[in-house]
Amino acid sequence: MGYTVFYLSAIVIVPLSMIFFNTIPMGWEPFLNAVTAPRVLASYRLSFSTAFFAAVVDAFAGLLTAWVLVRYRFPGKGVLDALVDLPFALPTAVAGICFATLYSPIGWFGQILARWNLQIINTPTGIVIALIFIGFPFVVRTIQPVLEEMELEIEEAAQCLGATRWQTFRKILLPHLFPALLTGVTLAFARGIGEYGSVIFIAGNLPMKTEIAPLMIMSKLDQFDYAGASAVALVLLCISFSMLLLLNAVQEWQQKEYRS
Amino acid sequence: MPIIQKAKSKPPVAKKRVSDPISIQILLIGLTLLFFIGFVFVPLGLIFSQAFQKGWSFYLDAISEPYAIEAVKLTLLTVAIVVPVNAVFGVAAAWAITKFNFKGKTALKSLLDLPFAVSPVIAGLIFVLLVGSRTPFGSWLGELGIKIIFSTPGIVIATIFVTFPFIARELIPLMEAQGRDEEEAALTLGAKGWQIFGKITLPNIRWGLLYGMILCGARSIGEFGAVSVVSGHIRGQTNTIPLHVEILYSEYNFTASFAVASLLVFLALLTVIVKSGMEKHFQKNSFHL
Amino acid sequence: MNLQGIKKITLAATIILAAGLQGRNAMAASTTLLNVSYDPTRELYQSENIAFTQYWQKKSGQSVVINQSHGGSGKQARAVIDGLEADVVTLALAYDIDAIADSKLLDLNWQKRLSSNSTPYSSTIVFVVRKGNPKQIKNWDDLVKPGVSVITPNPKTSGGARWNYLAAWGYKQKQTGSAEQAKTFIKALYKNVPVLDTGARGSTLSFAQRGLGDVLIAWENEAHLIVKEFGSDKYEIISPAVSILAEPPVAVVDKNVAKHGTRKLAEAYLNFLYTPQAQDIIAQNYYRPRNPAALKKYSANFPHIKLFTLNEVFGNWRNAQKTHFQDGGVFDQIYAL
Repeated sequence: MGYTVFYLSAIVIVPLSMIFFNTIPMGWEPFLNAVTAPRVLASYRLSFSTAFFAAVVDAFAGLLTAWVLVRYRFPGKGVLDALVDLPFALPTAVAGICFATLYSPIGWFGQILARWNLQIINTPTGIVIALIFIGFPFVVRTIQPVLEEMELEIEEAAQCLGATRWQTFRKILLPHLFPALLTGVTLAFARGIGEYGSVIFIAGNLPMKTEIAPLMIMSKLDQFDYAGASAVALVLLCISFSMLLLLNAVQEWQQKEYRS
Repeated sequence: MPIIQKAKSKPPVAKKRVSDPISIQILLIGLTLLFFIGFVFVPLGLIFSQAFQKGWSFYLDAISEPYAIEAVKLTLLTVAIVVPVNAVFGVAAAWAITKFNFKGKTALKSLLDLPFAVSPVIAGLIFVLLVGSRTPFGSWLGELGIKIIFSTPGIVIATIFVTFPFIARELIPLMEAQGRDEEEAALTLGAKGWQIFGKITLPNIRWGLLYGMILCGARSIGEFGAVSVVSGHIRGQTNTIPLHVEILYSEYNFTASFAVASLLVFLALLTVIVKSGMEKHFQKNSFHL
Repeated sequence: MNLQGIKKITLAATIILAAGLQGRNAMAASTTLLNVSYDPTRELYQSENIAFTQYWQKKSGQSVVINQSHGGSGKQARAVIDGLEADVVTLALAYDIDAIADSKLLDLNWQKRLSSNSTPYSSTIVFVVRKGNPKQIKNWDDLVKPGVSVITPNPKTSGGARWNYLAAWGYKQKQTGSAEQAKTFIKALYKNVPVLDTGARGSTLSFAQRGLGDVLIAWENEAHLIVKEFGSDKYEIISPAVSILAEPPVAVVDKNVAKHGTRKLAEAYLNFLYTPQAQDIIAQNYYRPRNPAALKKYSANFPHIKLFTLNEVFGNWRNAQKTHFQDGGVFDQIYAL
């Protein structure tokens, strides 16, 4: 317990508090100005909405993949299982370059889409695609162990009692998996908000349109404006943290419901 | 989503009773494959097609060039430090969070998640703000001749920060699902805390721990954003594999860059091979749960 | 996996780390220089470093290792400010070295210390178009025509992009004599930009590898490199009649060389860049050399462009930065609705 708190403060709290201390000298007024500039607001909106859509897609794709990997046997399963982690091991920049190349007007996918006049690269859709890729393993890997450990007896019992599979899934499996699913989705979402490396290649980075929040931080830093960068970072951090807090609270409540 | 009840190869129970319509199985597997094709196989294909564009010998040259080898060494060293450190912490944190009741638990859990929510760029930045030479702490370290930032320790610390929630996060839902009954039973039977942990908790969480370590390992291999801020980008000294990929790419040396990137794919595959090896090992000496 | 095992691994890792650190310290004891530079100079300094190592070996009998670090100019400057112990910095714009000077790592008058504003080479801003120039782009005014798609990086994060922007602005202001018209021109220009990559090389890749845009605004040296790397059958360089004289400066970082005891070597390294041998290498890498002989020898690569200096139009870098690129500056205004 003591170890946990110590380690947590050494690695997380102290470094993160630097963001806070770097904003203090700014004063209140400039701080507000820095974090509510129209461009900055537009970038928050973009980052949060794209991360949200990506997390929703990941929820379905991740649940499906975890299910298939744990419950079925088919040739090539080991390979699929192995490749789930790819988005982690591949540097985000490489992922970004890959997607930008694939969806560019002369890329493999881009060529096909161009026939319908669809453009993915340099649009928010492109950002969502990159974020789906980045967040995917979070969902699979949080559901997988829970699914592996799950006792089949309960499901079997439910079936013996005459429940249909759909009922079993909804009443037994889903509530059981829900904490893990929620964790996975939250992580994917949170990761999506902060993602930088892969997104800048495919986003287009046009002010007001396709400029993500982490890029705002970077461009402030390049003006040697440490305080301004910290200010935007602080806002991002606070929003993310309160969201995590909320989700964790919901999860706890949900679990109590489930137990009783 | 339809429901299928089947035992997979869960050790050691392996009774097989397939009660799902095969059509549903095929449908679900098909959907999964489709997702994988779009998001994993095609990008992978792109990497490999670029990597081998100039043939095998070029590929081998690219990955055996001294700078590339230095980068691989540094990355492996980082992983070798980061994973065990975070494993110990992850187990401790998950244990503290799930087995005890205390105030501020939700806040603690959320703090745990924070490194995920922090942009990798910020993750690098905070260490620069903390120990960079502009700060009193950093200049004090500098006078002592301790270099953290823009050298190996900085890379390791930033990686620890970015990957540290993985293991705890993996374990918490698992330990929550399992509850404390077994531990409490053992306690009533007079077992000591350490015994309970070794004999009951650890075997119970081994899958989660394993997955967590794999994730943590994979992520530390591939971490780019945070490391790029604290590395200093000196060739042959503070270059990890991802940074080396970026350097080659920026030099318009695409083939070599994708060749080195494909190394990362192999490393990711390796971690999973290790995992399945361990799974087999567990199956052989399975403690019957 | 048990705790015993974990402990063993941790121990092993610690030993490896310690050994690794020691090895690194041993390396630092030999004569090394760290040159922190911006992105497009990778190829240039690769050649220059080989030449200098030989030159120094002959002159002093000392063998020297020059380490290179490359990245976006602003980012590199920040790394030096935050403790990356560069002996010399060779960046894209004076403003970035000013920022290092502001944090007291080197003398504020650094730019007076070497000849030609401490810039051993210069460059300018030109256009790269697809072979045959299908959109008939000849000069700056062609960039604002409807239907022309222009690729240039983000001036907020890229030093090269700031030169691009200032070149376009300066062209219009010199032509019309009005800053107001220049602003309208810049606004129209950036309307035609579909993607703002974070660095110059990112823009090159958008243009050359992903087939985006009709014209790329780039450093002259990058333009030549693109034609060389991606094929002269695919791209050609268009030099506008008027452009900016881009001066990427170099400087010794006083505080770091004092710490490492490398001042003599660092100064010799930068002075070497002005020698005929180094100037020749500079010209081979498509930077405009200061040495008239080298410039003449490679004059085929450097067509005559009427060049104006930054100081003529904008006063100095600090001014340009403040008016145009700071938050709320002109660049932000043209994107405001």
